[in-house]
Amino acid sequence: MEIKSLYFLQYVVADMELHNQALDVKEIFGRWLDEESKSNYGAYIPFVGTIRAEDDIEALSFDIYEPILKQWFDDWQAKAEKLGAKVKMAHAIGDVPIHTSSYISAVFSPKRRVALDLIDEFVEDFKANAPIWKYDLINGKRIYAADRSTPMDGAGLLN
Amino acid sequence: MIKVEFLGPIGKESIEVEAHSISELSEILKLDPELKPWLDNSAVAINDTMVNDTKMTLKDGDKVSILPPVCGG
Repeated sequence: MEIKSLYFLQYVVADMELHNQALDVKEIFGRWLDEESKSNYGAYIPFVGTIRAEDDIEALSFDIYEPILKQWFDDWQAKAEKLGAKVKMAHAIGDVPIHTSSYISAVFSPKRRVALDLIDEFVEDFKANAPIWKYDLINGKRIYAADRSTPMDGAGLLN
Repeated sequence: MIKVEFLGPIGKESIEVEAHSISELSEILKLDPELKPWLDNSAVAINDTMVNDTKMTLKDGDKVSILPPVCGG
């Protein structure tokens, strides 16, 4: 596997990678396409999350808890495998400027229907249950995006 | 003793406490007024596995992680 931006790649397991900078979307999608070029998948559906300019933010910033993210991702990979499919994802850690990408994912599957359904479920569950925390960077201050955040499944156990 | 770590925006150093169940840990953490607002909407992991049962027991050396609301992407 060739990784051009190795210096910035903090963490990689099979099909999941974390980068210490905004994602190089073209490089990653191109590499994933090459990795699966002989896998006989008929459908490849990518998703790109791009940071929009809104509410005077300069950037977004992210904390990630890697051990549970890896478990969450492994569970999804197992679910995809049962359908003959594969999921991949990349996310940025730390500050990510507006108009760049912090998150991309993709589904490969033999036929389109499985991939279309899976990318929907995967991205929605990612938003709800991946252990990642978002902050707005405004005037150099890092402010937790509380109003856009969602309690994970099982939240309130200690209440 | 168990170690309790507070992830993401909670912004609190890890602590070590004596607790034998999730419900017992809950009573201890509620005593901290800074933590109380987070407990309503935070999820819990024991030794990096998500849990969803207050009857879960804790043993010496366990690590409990407190995970506040998330927003990836």
